[in-house]
Amino acid sequence: MNWLNICALEEINVLGSRIVDGPKGDIAIFRTSNDEVFALDDRCPHKGGPLSQGLIYGKRVACPLHNWQIDLESGEALAPDVGCAHKYPVKLENGRVFLQLKTVTECA
Amino acid sequence: MNKLKLVMIGNGMAGVRTLEELLKLAPELYDITVFGAEPHPNYNRILLSPVLAGEQSFEEIVLNDLSWYADNNIRLMLNRKVVAIDRKKRIVTAEDGSTAEYDRLLIATGSNPFILPVPGNKLHGVIGYRDIADTQMMIDTAKTHSHAVVIGGGLLGLEAANGLKLRGMDVTVVHLADWLMERQLDKTAGKLLQTALQERGIHFRTNEQTEELMDNGEGRVCAVKFKSGDVIPADLVVMAAGIKPNTELAEKSGIPCNRGILVSDTLQTYDPRIYSIGECANHRGTAYGLVAPLFDQAKVCANHLAQLGFARYQGSVTSTKLKVTGIDLFSAGEFMGAEGTETITLSDPIGGVYKKLVIKDDILVGACLYGDTADGGWYFRQVKENANISQIRDHLMFGEQALGDAGHQGQNSAASMPDSMEVCGCNGVCKGTIVKAIQENGLFSVDEVKKHTKAASSCGSCAGLVEQILISTVGGAADVKPKSEKAICGCSELNHGQIRKLISAKHLISMTQAMSEMGWTTPNGCSTCRPALNYYLLSTWPGEAKDDPQSRLINERVHANIQKDGTYSVVPRMCGGVTNSSELRRIADVADKYKVPMVKVTGGQRIDLLGIKKDDLPGVWKDLGMASGYAYGKSIRTVKTCVGSEFCRFGTQNSTQMGIDLEQALSYMWSPHKVKLAVSGCPRNCAESGIKDVGIIGVESGWELYIGGNGGIKTEAGEFFVKVKTAEEVMEYSLAFLQLYRVEAFYLERTVHYLQRVGMEHIKKAVLEDEANRKALHANLLFSLSFLQDPWQEQLSKPQLSKEFDRIAVVQVEGEHA
Repeated sequence: MNWLNICALEEINVLGSRIVDGPKGDIAIFRTSNDEVFALDDRCPHKGGPLSQGLIYGKRVACPLHNWQIDLESGEALAPDVGCAHKYPVKLENGRVFLQLKTVTECA
Repeated sequence: MNKLKLVMIGNGMAGVRTLEELLKLAPELYDITVFGAEPHPNYNRILLSPVLAGEQSFEEIVLNDLSWYADNNIRLMLNRKVVAIDRKKRIVTAEDGSTAEYDRLLIATGSNPFILPVPGNKLHGVIGYRDIADTQMMIDTAKTHSHAVVIGGGLLGLEAANGLKLRGMDVTVVHLADWLMERQLDKTAGKLLQTALQERGIHFRTNEQTEELMDNGEGRVCAVKFKSGDVIPADLVVMAAGIKPNTELAEKSGIPCNRGILVSDTLQTYDPRIYSIGECANHRGTAYGLVAPLFDQAKVCANHLAQLGFARYQGSVTSTKLKVTGIDLFSAGEFMGAEGTETITLSDPIGGVYKKLVIKDDILVGACLYGDTADGGWYFRQVKENANISQIRDHLMFGEQALGDAGHQGQNSAASMPDSMEVCGCNGVCKGTIVKAIQENGLFSVDEVKKHTKAASSCGSCAGLVEQILISTVGGAADVKPKSEKAICGCSELNHGQIRKLISAKHLISMTQAMSEMGWTTPNGCSTCRPALNYYLLSTWPGEAKDDPQSRLINERVHANIQKDGTYSVVPRMCGGVTNSSELRRIADVADKYKVPMVKVTGGQRIDLLGIKKDDLPGVWKDLGMASGYAYGKSIRTVKTCVGSEFCRFGTQNSTQMGIDLEQALSYMWSPHKVKLAVSGCPRNCAESGIKDVGIIGVESGWELYIGGNGGIKTEAGEFFVKVKTAEEVMEYSLAFLQLYRVEAFYLERTVHYLQRVGMEHIKKAVLEDEANRKALHANLLFSLSFLQDPWQEQLSKPQLSKEFDRIAVVQVEGEHA
């Protein structure tokens, strides 16, 4: 599977996100305060809210529609909510963000 | 680095709760060792009575099973009574010789039953009622013997008597005072209770003193002899005449005690390394025997053990609920009444209902309820919050429902709800599910209920109702606090008021600085605390604190209102609801150009463009050429107006111009929650000034100002604030009040709730009576606003901000990587 060169890390705000036009819909790329990056389907498992628009803290994002808390590493909703946003492989190399378009389906 | 060593003596509810709180705050700080004299892990001592009564099993009342201790790396030394503390070497020694060193020691040895100093008190068959062993012995005795005497008609004694009766024994309760539970009930309620228990077959001897417990010749008790000379048979004597703090070990170690181990407001003993909490501790002259105050202490103690050092215990208001199935009884606060108090009483001896409310200086200070306790939780909250009840005094006796529909805040009486009734509409959770979870898992706080049931975990509007259910299920043990005392969120122990004070006192001006100075336990907070902190910083230090867009929720970050499908709505500013043909033409052009699916007139007298894609937002703003209407923020929204004296034949004042001037003056104002104003030109009030945060009504002789109105979940009419003569005064008074609200209210507190919390008197003092202060508030608001500008134009003029809006197309495909 190919790694796509998405953008420079600086092009994502710290504790911010960007939206990538994916073949099957939007993909949200998140940047944490430690400059880690994560990629998830930009759809909350609850009612499809755009996670990219949520508030990011630690390794979590709070959905902007109903405040579900989603773990960025796994895509899983935090208890007591249950659900999962598909995650994508993403990596950081020489200050650039690379993404694979195939979802890692680890969702239960 | 070596961890500090924490040793806890006593493995009961107060102590273990302290550990739980401590682990939340500082999970890695200590190596923890716990000594327990009993062979059991921590169990819910207040549920011993249901075990005795056969309603629950021991397993059901265990709060922390053995795996909890293991999971938290706590060394648990069960069945080991500590017999010595060497304070110089900082070592404790148990009966079996095992030892543990400590850097901090927590003594939570609880209490012992008070055993009457009468002959025969050491006979077999004479016990206290304190732990699971006592309970088991009572259960066993009930199988083989028939006569039981309970000495002491207090809470514990009556629960024991009821349990023994249910187990088939013939039970007599001996009580020194005139009536039962004299420390929790007044005479009338005490007598009602006695009648109800007599109907269940329990015998009573009040005003009676025990002289001797008689031996059957084999070392077992066989009868009780009273001062009056009467003798009654007794195979089992349960001493429930009170408890005394278990201070033996502390006294032996030279720690000052006086009816309890003396502790300060930080729960420290005279030896600063040694803390003490629970029934063994004496705080300001009181050794608490109920669980709720002990949990309050646990929080404070944990705060200091975690080296945060800011919490302070200042005593608790307590409430009582008798756990005898079928008997409803509740008391809280100073229910006896004393000098300077007034009492409202309702008494229906035939129906078995008695209610007494004690009021002092317009504040409910105590309540005693018998027969109908549905409103107990509500009264308890009024007592704890020191709420002024003068407005509702007429209805107070009839409880919360008499106050009318209280929206979703949960002030319906939870106790009378059927189990099948839905409590949480978001997650579909019924009352029965919540009650079951509370009982089975031993839950004491709304947060725990949220985790176990999901109730109140989404929109949170039913949290009040969940709290009511919690109180009606576990009574005074419920860990409930008025919102103003609750911690802001899980990231900090501080409440909103403390945070505001610290930000001001420590001159905190950035998010990172604030979080580190105030001991945040998470690296970048959460979606609850960050928006609040950002607001507090900006409102306390205008011009100095830097706005943190990433700590704003999406609407305030992109200055538009997110819709369910992820598109946005755009509302341009239209001061006072007045527009013109040129603005309307541009709005129409934008609607065409961006194929806006819906154009709608809002309740705030402006035009909403709904369904705009995020990446179109900058284009829409540019084409509109209008300022943001802030229809999305915790901020000024609109000033609604009527046409006023310019056109209306009834108009007394130029309300339209007043509204426009106010809206322009308040442009871009951030606030704790949304702020809406209205100006009407005459008392017909066409702009609906009565339900606005600031409502202004023009009259012939000037303007009337109303504050704290709200048209939301529960409609609240604004309260009359002041009458002024000129438009300049309207401006000064309105802005001064709003500035006071901006710097004093908690985040997400509407003016109505702020007003209820601080009281109209406080606001009048600050704004009306003190002219210099009013002018200062007015000037401070103008100063704060001087740093702000229209966010739409700002966004357009700074290309570096555009990355928030641009999407990334997939541009480049690289070769295969490992």
